[in-house]
Amino acid sequence: MKNIDYAKLFPDYGTLLVLLLLCIGFSAVTLEEQSPTTANAAKRLAKRMANELAPGSNVIVLTRQGGDGASFAAALKENLAKVGLTVAQTVVGQPADARKALVKQGETENVLAGIATDKHMANFCNANLTKISETHPSLAKAKVYQPQSYHWPNFLKKDNVLNIMKQISVVAIIAIGMTMIIITAGIDLSVGSLIAFSGVITALAIRGLGGDDPALGHLWLGSLAGVLICGLVGLFTGGLVTLFGIPAFIATLGIMFSARGLAFIFAESEPIVVQNEAFGWLGRGRDILGLPNSVILMLILFAIAHVLMTRTSIGRYIYAVGGNPEAARLSGVPVKWVLVFVYTLTGLLAGLGGVMEASLHVTGDPKAGNLVELQVIAAVVVGGTSLAGGQGKILGTLIGVIIIGVIRNGMNLTGVEAHMQSVVYGAVILIAVLVDRLKAKGIRLRKH
Amino acid sequence: MRGIRKSFPGVKALKGVDLTLQSGEVLALLGENGAGKSTLIKVLGGAHQPDDGTIEIDGHTANVATPQASQTSGIGIIYQEFNLVPFLTVRENIFLGREPGRFSFIPKRDESAKAKALFERIGVDVPIEAECRQLSVAQQQIVEIAKTLAQNARIIVMDEPSAALSPRETKGLFEVIEELKSHGIGIIYISHRLDEIFEVADRVTILRDGEHIDTRPIADLTREKMIELMVGRSLEKEFPGRDATLGQARFEVANLQHGSQVRGVSFDIRAGEVLGLTGLVGAGRTETARLLFGADRPEKGVIRLDGKPLKIKSPRDAIRQGICLLTEDRKSHGLVLGQTARENFGLPNLGQFAPLGFIRQREESREFLRYVDQIQIKIADPEQITGTLSGGNQQKVVLAKWLQRNAEVIIFDEPPRGIDVGAKYEIYQLINQLATDGKAILMISSELPEVLGMSDRILVMNEGRITGQVTDVMNATQEAIMRLATQREPIAA
Repeated sequence: MKNIDYAKLFPDYGTLLVLLLLCIGFSAVTLEEQSPTTANAAKRLAKRMANELAPGSNVIVLTRQGGDGASFAAALKENLAKVGLTVAQTVVGQPADARKALVKQGETENVLAGIATDKHMANFCNANLTKISETHPSLAKAKVYQPQSYHWPNFLKKDNVLNIMKQISVVAIIAIGMTMIIITAGIDLSVGSLIAFSGVITALAIRGLGGDDPALGHLWLGSLAGVLICGLVGLFTGGLVTLFGIPAFIATLGIMFSARGLAFIFAESEPIVVQNEAFGWLGRGRDILGLPNSVILMLILFAIAHVLMTRTSIGRYIYAVGGNPEAARLSGVPVKWVLVFVYTLTGLLAGLGGVMEASLHVTGDPKAGNLVELQVIAAVVVGGTSLAGGQGKILGTLIGVIIIGVIRNGMNLTGVEAHMQSVVYGAVILIAVLVDRLKAKGIRLRKH
Repeated sequence: MRGIRKSFPGVKALKGVDLTLQSGEVLALLGENGAGKSTLIKVLGGAHQPDDGTIEIDGHTANVATPQASQTSGIGIIYQEFNLVPFLTVRENIFLGREPGRFSFIPKRDESAKAKALFERIGVDVPIEAECRQLSVAQQQIVEIAKTLAQNARIIVMDEPSAALSPRETKGLFEVIEELKSHGIGIIYISHRLDEIFEVADRVTILRDGEHIDTRPIADLTREKMIELMVGRSLEKEFPGRDATLGQARFEVANLQHGSQVRGVSFDIRAGEVLGLTGLVGAGRTETARLLFGADRPEKGVIRLDGKPLKIKSPRDAIRQGICLLTEDRKSHGLVLGQTARENFGLPNLGQFAPLGFIRQREESREFLRYVDQIQIKIADPEQITGTLSGGNQQKVVLAKWLQRNAEVIIFDEPPRGIDVGAKYEIYQLINQLATDGKAILMISSELPEVLGMSDRILVMNEGRITGQVTDVMNATQEAIMRLATQREPIAA
């Protein structure tokens, strides 16, 4: 039996615990009555009405416009017909439309047995049906049906969770590279500017290749150009850091300003619209199991990066260079090559992030990615990577990114205003660094 | 100083040392590396606390509990590495830490006058408004002396003051020392250069293994007597024997050059030979090893393995071509302390464990466990973080990772440093085994008994040059080696 080192367990899984607590907290706060409007709910509602009403009875369908109203109404109509009820009318609209529909139904003087509704229309009918049936007695017997409601936190709704994942995907993908850089005891401030740079280059390349009507191939080539050029910028940064010994902070600060400026110059300060909606595939599409494509890409890249860092030579080298560069060099680690690799990779990932961001808006915007570098660094640090180098985990970074995304989303749901959100971010980062310091101290204490 | 004792975990560095210094005299402090000179000086300077013993100045007990207290008591210490801030001026450095108050104005004119007076007293002119980084090493040393005088030091300790000076500058230093003596200041002078001792010292105190051996006026001593007193111990039977059968010259080094640290070093090592390389601290042994390993780039020199010239631009090149170096300082050069023992073990061996880039961790672990048995690494689990291992076990992890490389040329820089006696023997046996397998071994060591007990041939370095070779190791003496190690010009022995 292996002994479990409980002291070690906390730093390894502490961030996961924090994430869990945040989710529980936000779930509790956003717990609300939910009224489903899915196809399944329509099926169940139709079955219930068939049980209670005589076959062939007249029913009408009323749902609110917007949201899932139209699809819910269609599903109801289909299912009601299937169970043998006669659907006299199907209305998707405002309360005024519902009133009109009821009046119209009343005027036919056919007895109405039931009204299938969603939550909003049920409220309307319950409030107004008695009054309308005074003038139209054929409505008097009508019973109002709505789907069974249940309690569920808004935070945990599938759409919201996917939304969080989609929102963090750009930051998360860049954070992969940033984690590696920070493990080598470096930093990269240029990634936010590279998002804009890559987006602008991509949009310009697509326009240059395909003019006003770019084909799919042009979209691919343009995106590739954006990613590769940012990779070259990363290579250049790596060169500055290794060949000339410029501190990474300064080198990337310079790149940050230059890349942002170039993005504005190339774009002539205007967002460049890509003239093909297909460009939105990466940022907006949901092709597999309803998951956003950007989220799938993010998960794939994290899986690859995790294997890279834990199972391969280059991963071992990255940790060694950060832990003790001289010992690494004397053990035959190609230290400079490793540094160039992490900066180039981060450049490529920032370029990819830029393409994703541009795809989301189908536009190359020189203002994109503002201050994203700080969000990325914050996520990496919150994920438990030490700024002193040598320590950190890719999966920790994933958790860090999710924590930051969850906090933002949770605060939006609970209506915390923007400036207060900024205060909370700051506090989260400080707490993360504090935990990092305490961890380091803990290790030192155990050594003595 | 009377009966000074100081122990470190596992080592008794000072075992009751007495030392007397009179005003206006130069006392030379002599001893081998590790004899306790540095520890004694650090006790005097307040950097270490003695376990026992008293320090008196002019008959009163002196407070040397902290470096500040030691300064206030009138003790000034000039370490080998200067404590000057390079971007401050001479004047600012001299008065650093003794500004009148935290927020008060600095009495610049007053300080200038005082600094001038100090340099007049020393008899040397140094531009007091120059930044210290612009000064030569000799000038910086004078500034250090002025700094101690500004603190009213009555005792000045100089640790290897001439190490970085040219002969002409050393002459100048001696003139300054004469000047200081005439003002009644007592000087403790530490140097490995015996010629200088005869020139500058009035009396000599010799330490060995943390004990006071003798104190005599310089006139009563000869060079030979000094060396005998410094070395003075018999060779114990602590080394495993070996029947050496030497083959062809495998590893050849010609005219290796790197600044003033390594000057025209040439030698060869034959198959199955353990070549000992010794000398005093700063002689250029470790620097030579670093050049051979590609850790530093030589200005000149040819390195051959089995007659084939090697191109070594980095340690990676050296390792690939069959050279490995076990560094002296494992904490900063040997290990990534935050990683596990297995990961450190695998680091230079990933070519073997990860031929396609994916590390076969189970194989790595299995190979490591082989060494845990073979060289008795006390470790609970290969996944233990190396920083949490004891010093000796850390050294063994370093040893394991290089043994796994199966290199042709193996350079040991102070192999058994920090390892307990029992394990030492194991490591010596390993070195012998490697030699028997036909490898070329270079063993750098300051411990003369080790050099004499292990080597088939001994090279001695001093000031970047090979100053002598001992081929008849069986009949060589420590005295002979010490003589070579303090020799200025190369000779044959």
